[in-house]
Amino acid sequence: MQDLTQLTEQQRELMQSKDEHYTLNLGPTHPATHGIFQNILKMDGERIMDAEQTVGYIHRAFEKLAEHRPFYQITPITDRLNYCSSPINNIGWHLTVEKLLGVETPKRVDYLRIIIMELARISDHLICNSILGVDTGAFSGFLYVFQYREKIYEIYEEICGARLTTNIGRIGGFERDLSPAAVQKIKNFILEWPKVWNEFESLFNRNRIFLDRIKGVGPISADRALAYGFTGPNLRAAGVDYDVRVAKPYSSYNDFEFKIPVGYDGDTLDRYLVRNAEIWESYKLIKNAFENLPEGPYHADVPEFYLPPKQEVYKNMEALIYHFKIVMAEIDVPKGEVYHSVEGGNGELGFYLISDGGRTPYRLHFRRPSFIYYQAYPEMIRGSYLSDAILTMSSMNVIAGELDA
Amino acid sequence: MTHPEIVEKLKNQFGSDILEAYENYDMLNIHVPAYKIYSFLEYLKTDAELNFHFLTDLTAVHNPFDEGAEFLMVYHLHNMPKNIRIRIKASIPASNPSIDSIHQLWPSANWQERETFDFFGVNFIGHPNLIRIMNVDEMDYFPLQKQYPLEDATRQDKNDAMFGR
Amino acid sequence: MSKEITVKTIEERPEGYEGEGYFLTRLDKIIGTARSHSLWPLPFATSCCGIEFMAASASNYDIARYGSERMSFSPRQADVLMVMGTIAKKMGPILKHVYEQMAEPRWVLSVGACACSGGIFDTYSVLQGIDRVIPVDVYVPGCPPRPEQILEGIMKIQDLARHESLGRRNGQGYQSLLDQYGIE
Repeated sequence: MQDLTQLTEQQRELMQSKDEHYTLNLGPTHPATHGIFQNILKMDGERIMDAEQTVGYIHRAFEKLAEHRPFYQITPITDRLNYCSSPINNIGWHLTVEKLLGVETPKRVDYLRIIIMELARISDHLICNSILGVDTGAFSGFLYVFQYREKIYEIYEEICGARLTTNIGRIGGFERDLSPAAVQKIKNFILEWPKVWNEFESLFNRNRIFLDRIKGVGPISADRALAYGFTGPNLRAAGVDYDVRVAKPYSSYNDFEFKIPVGYDGDTLDRYLVRNAEIWESYKLIKNAFENLPEGPYHADVPEFYLPPKQEVYKNMEALIYHFKIVMAEIDVPKGEVYHSVEGGNGELGFYLISDGGRTPYRLHFRRPSFIYYQAYPEMIRGSYLSDAILTMSSMNVIAGELDA
Repeated sequence: MTHPEIVEKLKNQFGSDILEAYENYDMLNIHVPAYKIYSFLEYLKTDAELNFHFLTDLTAVHNPFDEGAEFLMVYHLHNMPKNIRIRIKASIPASNPSIDSIHQLWPSANWQERETFDFFGVNFIGHPNLIRIMNVDEMDYFPLQKQYPLEDATRQDKNDAMFGR
Repeated sequence: MSKEITVKTIEERPEGYEGEGYFLTRLDKIIGTARSHSLWPLPFATSCCGIEFMAASASNYDIARYGSERMSFSPRQADVLMVMGTIAKKMGPILKHVYEQMAEPRWVLSVGACACSGGIFDTYSVLQGIDRVIPVDVYVPGCPPRPEQILEGIMKIQDLARHESLGRRNGQGYQSLLDQYGIE
């Protein structure tokens, strides 16, 4: 029997060889990557030397699809971009078209939009942070907090009828006012939420194991983050206080005062804490907007795009003609090109729209934050362990629908 | 800095290379020739007063009826401290759709240029890895050009007449 | 002598003869009942339907009640391949690869309009239904389907598992089905 303590010369040489890298394929189907994207990692033991990325496994050709659909039919496509917070995408698209048409929405519409967008932002950050907990092994946070995502889904259902891919609102406002049930559900949410999020934070924020796992993991400096086009919570965690809601306010955000939480190192702990703080700021915004909700019309006067009420259509000739033209999409849209951006759950979601006067856009390009900041992933994980790489990806909140569009 | 001041400064630096400068929906648009795009964007980025340090977006538009200028490259830049946005355009012909890559100035342009190549076929000179990113590698045409249809040409089960196509 | 015992059960019980301390039934019925109550899913979640699956597995709709407590991400250990979300042409070969690695008996649940037929994405890059690459057992339509619909899909797979004959997977019909897809 061979004495295993005596190594042969060849074995000794092999063990001392320094460039023994091996290739590990992470994805595209992997439980810890949230979405389907592939990383081929070059590893030295447990440390990652380099990563080569492949995306496009869920490319659905949104930009080509948008060239064949009338303006209000593009809203369901925008739902599927960042599907964890689809109302923000929908309202961002409506704001873009309203900018093209030069429509000003009444205050009630703006405040309702703020309530819905901030609820969407809470639900997006909620998923990101609880799944970060699941990836470190702490499953209970996810289970408890997902119950509140169901409550947010119920509010969306009262407003627009759908849970996840909401297609919320119309160009110019909303199709119906807030029903009493919706008002009651938002009130209940405002009353119950602080206790729930406090409970989640008490599980994680001072948890020694969780903090040790995420402190110093996947850092990026502010300069590199700006060079890579980071926006949103990832950029704010690196130290740059850029928020589209403050830089270029839309939908009456400038009526409200809210803080922009900023981190120091740009590592996973900072991203986690920035998202937590943003949830509190969103909660305050919802509370303020709901308490100060003004009375008034729930839609702007855009007869070419906003379907007239059905009773009018049966009686009034003009309403009938508008209804026909809107549904058959024979509306004249002004020519122009416009770029509008909103603060999505991940960062600056931009819509670059070129209209040539026809019934569909000539070109619609989505500036998707996940696509742009995911390029920095190899740089962020170089030299770290595989488990840290998983947590970095988790905390960056890369949504596959938005990555591939 | 106001928009006229920016245009003035750029005209002093680049003279006749500024083909067009106009404003729409509160954004300044500047049209430059394609061969000048790298030095133009470098000046916009490095000049202390202009300081357009952030590349927001990079894409292309296909205009098949503009003879000699079929592809329009569009760059959106952003100056965060002063909160100014600007849109730079450059036209390239379909006979030679090439333009300099700007990934040296902004690493975020890397994948955006790959996506523009994948969709339109624009060749970026100096790009380190110009291969398809979204579509399958075996695809032999550039789908977002206007002459190609949206649907898959090889599908048999969907009757176009019933779907209004 | 056998007594009449009325036992209230929610699911159907296999028919058989029973007495004090014994219950006589067919082997495939017992195996079917056992299999149907312990289906381990492989959540192949690609897009929005994956989030509804996460809601279905959370505490409100709780897929664990149906025996699907342990999500197996390894195809070798999974029973049901739940394809949730759009499958692009780039992803098709990978889906087939995952399906081929699953051990018999295996079922496929296609969740969402995109997996069933391409959904709203009738484009050049989206596979118009996963039944172009793998055989599907149950289709759950919706965009996205509510968690209750996903649970009903699981219940239909349970029905299939409960009533499947033991020789089906080795039989000619199943082999010709796999040959249609080019799967060994």
